[in-house]
Amino acid sequence: MSELLLQIDGREVTARPGATILEAAQSVGISIPTLCHHEKLQAHGGCRICSVEVDARGRTSVVAACLYPVEQDLVVRTRTRKLERIRKSLVEMMMAHAPDSEQLMALAEEYGADRDRFAKEVSFCIHCGLCVRYCAEIKKKHAIGFIDRGPRKEICFIPEIAARECWECKECFPLCPTSALQAAFVLVKALTSQAD
Amino acid sequence: MDTNTIDHIIDKHHCEAGSLIQILLDIQSENHWLPKEALERVSKKLDVPMSQIQHITTFYKSFSLVPKGRHEVHVCTGTACHVRGAQRVLDTVQDQIGIKPGETDLDLKFSLETVGCIGCCALGPVMVVNGEYHGNLAPSQVEEVFKKYE
Repeated sequence: MSELLLQIDGREVTARPGATILEAAQSVGISIPTLCHHEKLQAHGGCRICSVEVDARGRTSVVAACLYPVEQDLVVRTRTRKLERIRKSLVEMMMAHAPDSEQLMALAEEYGADRDRFAKEVSFCIHCGLCVRYCAEIKKKHAIGFIDRGPRKEICFIPEIAARECWECKECFPLCPTSALQAAFVLVKALTSQAD
Repeated sequence: MDTNTIDHIIDKHHCEAGSLIQILLDIQSENHWLPKEALERVSKKLDVPMSQIQHITTFYKSFSLVPKGRHEVHVCTGTACHVRGAQRVLDTVQDQIGIKPGETDLDLKFSLETVGCIGCCALGPVMVVNGEYHGNLAPSQVEEVFKKYE
Protein backbone atom coordinates (compact mmCIF):
# COMPACT_ATOMS: atom_id res chain seq x y z
CA MET A 1 0.00 0.00 0.00
CA SER A 2 1.16 3.51 -0.71
CA GLU A 3 2.37 5.96 1.88
CA LEU A 4 -0.09 8.31 3.55
CA LEU A 5 0.41 12.04 3.61
CA LEU A 6 -0.55 13.96 6.72
CA GLN A 7 0.27 17.21 8.43
CA ILE A 8 1.86 17.44 11.88
CA ASP A 9 2.38 20.89 13.38
CA GLY A 10 2.16 22.37 9.87
CA ARG A 11 4.77 20.01 8.42
CA GLU A 12 4.00 17.55 5.67
CA VAL A 13 4.77 14.05 6.88
CA THR A 14 4.52 10.74 5.06
CA ALA A 15 3.85 7.55 6.98
CA ARG A 16 3.10 3.96 6.18
CA PRO A 17 -0.51 2.83 6.69
CA GLY A 18 -1.00 1.39 10.15
CA ALA A 19 1.62 3.61 11.78
CA THR A 20 0.54 5.70 14.73
CA ILE A 21 0.69 9.47 14.97
CA LEU A 22 3.49 9.08 17.51
CA GLU A 23 5.61 7.02 15.11
CA ALA A 24 4.96 9.44 12.27
CA ALA A 25 5.95 12.40 14.43
CA GLN A 26 9.08 10.70 15.73
CA SER A 27 10.17 9.84 12.19
CA VAL A 28 10.55 13.54 11.40
CA GLY A 29 11.88 14.52 14.79
CA ILE A 30 8.74 16.06 16.28
CA SER A 31 8.75 15.07 19.92
CA ILE A 32 5.57 14.12 21.74
CA PRO A 33 5.93 13.42 25.46
CA THR A 34 5.23 9.82 26.52
CA LEU A 35 5.30 7.89 29.77
CA CYS A 36 3.64 4.52 29.19
CA HIS A 37 5.06 4.05 25.68
CA HIS A 38 7.86 1.61 24.90
CA GLU A 39 8.84 0.88 21.32
CA LYS A 40 9.12 -2.86 21.89
CA LEU A 41 5.70 -3.11 23.50
CA GLN A 42 2.16 -2.88 22.23
CA ALA A 43 0.73 0.61 22.62
CA HIS A 44 -1.14 0.94 25.88
CA GLY A 45 -2.70 4.42 25.91
CA GLY A 46 -2.67 4.50 29.68
CA CYS A 47 -0.98 7.75 30.63
CA ARG A 48 -2.59 10.02 27.99
CA ILE A 49 0.38 12.39 28.21
CA CYS A 50 0.86 11.90 24.45
CA SER A 51 -2.57 13.44 23.77
CA VAL A 52 -2.64 15.44 20.53
CA GLU A 53 -5.32 17.35 18.65
CA VAL A 54 -6.46 15.94 15.33
CA ASP A 55 -8.76 17.32 12.66
CA ALA A 56 -10.41 14.35 11.04
CA ARG A 57 -13.80 13.81 9.44
CA GLY A 58 -14.75 17.44 9.93
CA ARG A 59 -14.17 17.69 13.65
CA THR A 60 -11.37 18.35 16.08
CA SER A 61 -10.72 15.88 18.84
CA VAL A 62 -8.06 15.01 21.38
CA VAL A 63 -6.61 11.53 20.91
CA ALA A 64 -3.70 9.48 22.25
CA ALA A 65 -0.89 9.73 19.68
CA CYS A 66 0.52 6.34 20.67
CA LEU A 67 -2.69 4.58 19.62
CA TYR A 68 -4.22 6.68 16.83
CA PRO A 69 -3.44 5.33 13.36
CA VAL A 70 -2.45 7.83 10.70
CA GLU A 71 -4.94 8.72 8.00
CA GLN A 72 -4.60 10.46 4.64
CA ASP A 73 -4.79 14.27 5.03
CA LEU A 74 -5.00 14.07 8.80
CA VAL A 75 -4.11 17.37 10.49
CA VAL A 76 -2.33 16.92 13.81
CA ARG A 77 -1.28 19.53 16.33
CA THR A 78 1.05 18.42 19.11
CA ARG A 79 1.36 21.71 20.95
CA THR A 80 -1.66 23.89 21.63
CA ARG A 81 -2.84 25.74 24.70
CA LYS A 82 -5.55 23.13 25.22
CA LEU A 83 -3.06 20.25 25.10
CA GLU A 84 -0.72 22.03 27.47
CA ARG A 85 -3.56 22.42 29.93
CA ILE A 86 -4.45 18.72 29.61
CA ARG A 87 -0.84 17.58 30.02
CA LYS A 88 -0.34 19.91 32.97
CA SER A 89 -3.36 18.45 34.78
CA LEU A 90 -2.25 14.90 33.99
CA VAL A 91 1.22 15.55 35.37
CA GLU A 92 -0.28 17.13 38.49
CA MET A 93 -2.49 14.11 39.07
CA MET A 94 0.37 11.67 38.53
CA MET A 95 2.59 13.71 40.86
CA ALA A 96 0.14 13.10 43.67
CA HIS A 97 1.28 9.48 43.40
CA ALA A 98 4.94 9.95 42.50
CA PRO A 99 6.06 13.46 43.50
CA ASP A 100 9.80 12.77 43.14
CA SER A 101 9.82 11.02 39.79
CA GLU A 102 12.48 12.57 37.57
CA GLN A 103 10.48 12.12 34.39
CA LEU A 104 7.43 13.73 35.96
CA MET A 105 9.49 16.58 37.38
CA ALA A 106 10.88 17.31 33.92
CA LEU A 107 7.37 17.32 32.46
CA ALA A 108 6.14 19.50 35.33
CA GLU A 109 8.85 22.00 34.53
CA GLU A 110 7.89 22.00 30.86
CA TYR A 111 4.16 22.41 31.38
CA GLY A 112 4.23 24.52 34.53
CA ALA A 113 2.57 21.87 36.66
CA ASP A 114 2.23 22.37 40.39
CA ARG A 115 3.40 19.20 42.12
CA ASP A 116 1.36 20.03 45.23
CA ARG A 117 -1.92 20.75 43.47
CA PHE A 118 -3.52 17.48 44.60
CA ALA A 119 -3.27 15.87 48.02
CA LYS A 120 -0.38 13.40 48.08
CA GLU A 121 -1.22 9.74 47.89
CA VAL A 122 2.26 8.42 47.42
CA SER A 123 1.98 4.98 45.85
CA PHE A 124 4.92 5.56 43.43
CA CYS A 125 2.82 3.94 40.72
CA ILE A 126 1.10 5.77 37.87
CA HIS A 127 -0.30 2.56 36.34
CA CYS A 128 1.69 2.90 33.13
CA GLY A 129 1.86 -0.91 33.04
CA LEU A 130 5.40 -0.92 31.60
CA CYS A 131 6.71 -3.53 34.03
CA VAL A 132 3.59 -5.68 33.65
CA ARG A 133 3.56 -5.51 29.86
CA TYR A 134 7.31 -5.97 29.50
CA CYS A 135 7.23 -9.11 31.62
CA ALA A 136 4.28 -10.51 29.68
CA GLU A 137 5.15 -9.46 26.13
CA ILE A 138 8.94 -9.57 25.98
CA LYS A 139 10.00 -11.95 28.73
CA LYS A 140 6.76 -13.98 28.59
CA LYS A 141 7.15 -14.80 32.27
CA HIS A 142 4.02 -13.11 33.64
CA ALA A 143 5.76 -12.67 36.98
CA ILE A 144 4.07 -9.35 37.67
CA GLY A 145 0.50 -8.18 37.19
CA PHE A 146 -2.04 -5.70 38.39
CA ILE A 147 -4.40 -6.43 41.23
CA ASP A 148 -7.55 -4.72 42.47
CA ARG A 149 -9.07 -1.75 40.67
CA GLY A 150 -9.65 1.98 40.69
CA PRO A 151 -7.75 3.84 43.42
CA ARG A 152 -6.62 0.56 45.00
CA LYS A 153 -5.08 -0.85 41.81
CA GLU A 154 -1.42 -1.79 42.25
CA ILE A 155 1.32 -3.98 40.83
CA CYS A 156 1.89 -7.37 42.40
CA PHE A 157 4.43 -10.11 41.76
CA ILE A 158 3.37 -13.76 41.65
CA PRO A 159 5.69 -15.12 44.37
CA GLU A 160 6.26 -18.57 42.82
CA ILE A 161 7.29 -17.13 39.45
CA ALA A 162 9.17 -14.17 40.93
CA ALA A 163 11.29 -16.41 43.17
CA ARG A 164 12.35 -18.35 40.10
CA GLU A 165 12.81 -15.62 37.52
CA CYS A 166 13.13 -12.12 38.91
CA TRP A 167 16.52 -11.99 40.65
CA GLU A 168 18.23 -12.91 37.40
CA CYS A 169 16.22 -10.48 35.27
CA LYS A 170 15.06 -7.24 36.93
CA GLU A 171 14.77 -5.75 33.44
CA CYS A 172 11.48 -4.09 34.38
CA PHE A 173 13.10 -1.99 37.12
CA PRO A 174 14.72 0.68 34.91
CA LEU A 175 11.54 0.96 32.80
CA CYS A 176 9.59 2.45 35.69
CA PRO A 177 8.92 6.15 35.04
CA THR A 178 8.51 6.92 38.73
CA SER A 179 11.13 4.97 40.63
CA ALA A 180 12.89 1.67 40.05
CA LEU A 181 12.87 1.17 43.79
CA GLN A 182 9.14 0.73 43.88
CA ALA A 183 9.25 -2.45 41.83
CA ALA A 184 12.14 -3.65 43.98
CA PHE A 185 10.10 -3.06 47.11
CA VAL A 186 7.05 -4.90 45.79
CA LEU A 187 9.25 -7.79 44.65
CA VAL A 188 10.91 -8.17 48.03
CA LYS A 189 7.51 -8.00 49.70
CA ALA A 190 6.17 -10.75 47.43
CA LEU A 191 9.15 -13.01 48.10
CA THR A 192 9.27 -12.51 51.86
CA SER A 193 5.54 -13.05 52.25
CA GLN A 194 5.97 -16.36 50.47
CA ALA A 195 8.70 -17.37 52.88
CA ASP A 196 6.44 -16.76 55.88
CA MET B 1 -12.39 -28.51 46.39
CA ASP B 2 -11.18 -31.55 44.46
CA THR B 3 -9.52 -31.47 41.08
CA ASN B 4 -12.25 -33.51 39.41
CA THR B 5 -14.92 -30.93 40.16
CA ILE B 6 -12.70 -28.17 38.82
CA ASP B 7 -11.87 -30.16 35.69
CA HIS B 8 -15.55 -30.89 35.18
CA ILE B 9 -16.35 -27.15 35.31
CA ILE B 10 -13.48 -26.36 32.94
CA ASP B 11 -14.58 -29.05 30.47
CA LYS B 12 -18.15 -27.78 30.59
CA HIS B 13 -16.79 -24.53 29.13
CA HIS B 14 -14.74 -26.43 26.51
CA CYS B 15 -11.47 -25.42 28.15
CA GLU B 16 -11.52 -22.03 26.40
CA ALA B 17 -9.47 -19.14 27.71
CA GLY B 18 -12.32 -16.84 26.67
CA SER B 19 -14.60 -18.51 29.22
CA LEU B 20 -12.24 -17.71 32.10
CA ILE B 21 -14.70 -15.51 33.98
CA GLN B 22 -17.56 -18.01 33.53
CA ILE B 23 -15.36 -20.79 34.87
CA LEU B 24 -14.28 -18.74 37.85
CA LEU B 25 -17.91 -17.80 38.54
CA ASP B 26 -18.91 -21.48 38.47
CA ILE B 27 -16.14 -22.41 40.89
CA GLN B 28 -17.11 -19.48 43.08
CA SER B 29 -20.77 -20.54 43.24
CA GLU B 30 -19.89 -24.20 43.81
CA ASN B 31 -17.26 -23.58 46.47
CA HIS B 32 -18.20 -20.09 47.76
CA TRP B 33 -14.61 -18.96 47.27
CA LEU B 34 -11.61 -19.47 44.96
CA PRO B 35 -8.81 -21.49 46.57
CA LYS B 36 -5.31 -21.00 45.19
CA GLU B 37 -5.10 -24.62 44.03
CA ALA B 38 -8.25 -24.14 41.95
CA LEU B 39 -6.83 -21.01 40.31
CA GLU B 40 -3.56 -22.80 39.55
CA ARG B 41 -5.49 -25.63 37.94
CA VAL B 42 -7.52 -23.18 35.83
CA SER B 43 -4.34 -21.31 34.88
CA LYS B 44 -2.67 -24.52 33.72
CA LYS B 45 -5.63 -25.99 31.83
CA LEU B 46 -6.60 -22.77 30.03
CA ASP B 47 -3.01 -21.61 29.56
CA VAL B 48 -3.83 -18.22 31.07
CA PRO B 49 -1.07 -16.66 33.19
CA MET B 50 -1.66 -16.48 36.92
CA SER B 51 -1.07 -12.71 36.85
CA GLN B 52 -4.13 -12.28 34.65
CA ILE B 53 -6.27 -14.53 36.83
CA GLN B 54 -5.15 -12.54 39.85
CA HIS B 55 -6.05 -9.31 38.06
CA ILE B 56 -9.55 -10.53 37.23
CA THR B 57 -10.29 -12.17 40.57
CA THR B 58 -9.30 -9.04 42.49
CA PHE B 59 -11.13 -6.76 40.06
CA TYR B 60 -14.64 -8.20 40.44
CA LYS B 61 -16.32 -8.11 43.80
CA SER B 62 -18.22 -11.33 43.11
CA PHE B 63 -14.99 -13.32 43.47
CA SER B 64 -13.52 -14.12 46.85
CA LEU B 65 -9.95 -15.26 47.44
CA VAL B 66 -10.64 -15.97 51.11
CA PRO B 67 -12.99 -18.65 52.46
CA LYS B 68 -16.66 -17.67 52.63
CA GLY B 69 -19.37 -19.09 54.86
CA ARG B 70 -22.03 -21.52 53.69
CA HIS B 71 -24.64 -18.79 53.96
CA GLU B 72 -24.07 -15.40 52.40
CA VAL B 73 -25.81 -12.59 54.23
CA HIS B 74 -26.27 -9.27 52.46
CA VAL B 75 -27.74 -6.33 54.32
CA CYS B 76 -28.88 -3.52 52.06
CA THR B 77 -27.66 -0.11 53.18
CA GLY B 78 -28.91 1.78 50.13
CA THR B 79 -30.65 5.12 50.61
CA ALA B 80 -34.19 3.78 50.98
CA CYS B 81 -33.16 1.00 53.37
CA HIS B 82 -30.96 3.44 55.26
CA VAL B 83 -33.85 5.79 56.03
CA ARG B 84 -35.99 2.82 56.99
CA GLY B 85 -33.50 1.68 59.60
CA ALA B 86 -30.95 -0.54 57.83
CA GLN B 87 -28.29 0.44 60.36
CA ARG B 88 -30.31 -1.01 63.25
CA VAL B 89 -30.89 -4.21 61.26
CA LEU B 90 -27.16 -4.39 60.47
CA ASP B 91 -26.23 -3.84 64.13
CA THR B 92 -28.56 -6.66 65.17
CA VAL B 93 -27.18 -8.97 62.46
CA GLN B 94 -23.64 -8.26 63.63
CA ASP B 95 -24.64 -9.07 67.21
CA GLN B 96 -26.40 -12.26 66.17
CA ILE B 97 -23.70 -13.81 64.04
CA GLY B 98 -20.78 -12.06 65.68
CA ILE B 99 -19.01 -10.73 62.57
CA LYS B 100 -18.63 -7.39 60.82
CA PRO B 101 -19.31 -6.68 57.13
CA GLY B 102 -16.67 -8.34 54.94
CA GLU B 103 -15.96 -11.04 57.51
CA THR B 104 -16.72 -14.76 57.83
CA ASP B 105 -17.24 -16.59 61.09
CA LEU B 106 -14.91 -19.31 62.32
CA ASP B 107 -17.36 -22.16 61.62
CA LEU B 108 -17.66 -20.94 57.99
CA LYS B 109 -21.39 -20.68 58.57
CA PHE B 110 -22.07 -17.05 57.69
CA SER B 111 -20.40 -14.33 55.62
CA LEU B 112 -21.68 -10.80 56.00
CA GLU B 113 -21.62 -8.03 53.39
CA THR B 114 -23.36 -4.71 53.04
CA VAL B 115 -24.68 -3.83 49.60
CA GLY B 116 -25.51 -0.50 48.01
CA CYS B 117 -29.01 -1.16 46.72
CA ILE B 118 -30.65 -4.38 45.63
CA GLY B 119 -33.48 -2.69 43.76
CA CYS B 120 -36.50 -3.50 45.91
CA CYS B 121 -36.62 -0.30 47.93
CA ALA B 122 -40.34 -0.70 48.72
CA LEU B 123 -39.43 -3.71 50.85
CA GLY B 124 -36.80 -1.87 52.87
CA PRO B 125 -35.01 -2.53 55.07
CA VAL B 126 -33.97 -5.65 53.18
CA MET B 127 -31.64 -8.49 54.04
CA VAL B 128 -30.78 -11.22 51.52
CA VAL B 129 -29.59 -14.60 52.72
CA ASN B 130 -28.44 -17.05 50.03
CA GLY B 131 -30.47 -15.12 47.47
CA GLU B 132 -33.63 -15.24 49.59
CA TYR B 133 -35.12 -11.83 50.29
CA HIS B 134 -36.31 -10.82 53.73
CA GLY B 135 -38.11 -7.47 53.44
CA ASN B 136 -39.66 -5.02 55.91
CA LEU B 137 -37.31 -6.48 58.44
CA ALA B 138 -37.47 -5.31 62.04
CA PRO B 139 -34.34 -5.85 64.14
CA SER B 140 -36.42 -8.12 66.38
CA GLN B 141 -37.13 -10.46 63.45
CA VAL B 142 -33.49 -11.04 62.57
CA GLU B 143 -32.97 -13.86 65.06
CA GLU B 144 -35.98 -15.72 63.65
CA VAL B 145 -34.58 -15.49 60.10
CA PHE B 146 -31.19 -16.93 61.06
CA LYS B 147 -32.80 -19.94 62.78
CA LYS B 148 -33.64 -21.32 59.32
CA TYR B 149 -29.99 -21.63 58.32
CA GLU B 150 -27.71 -24.35 59.53
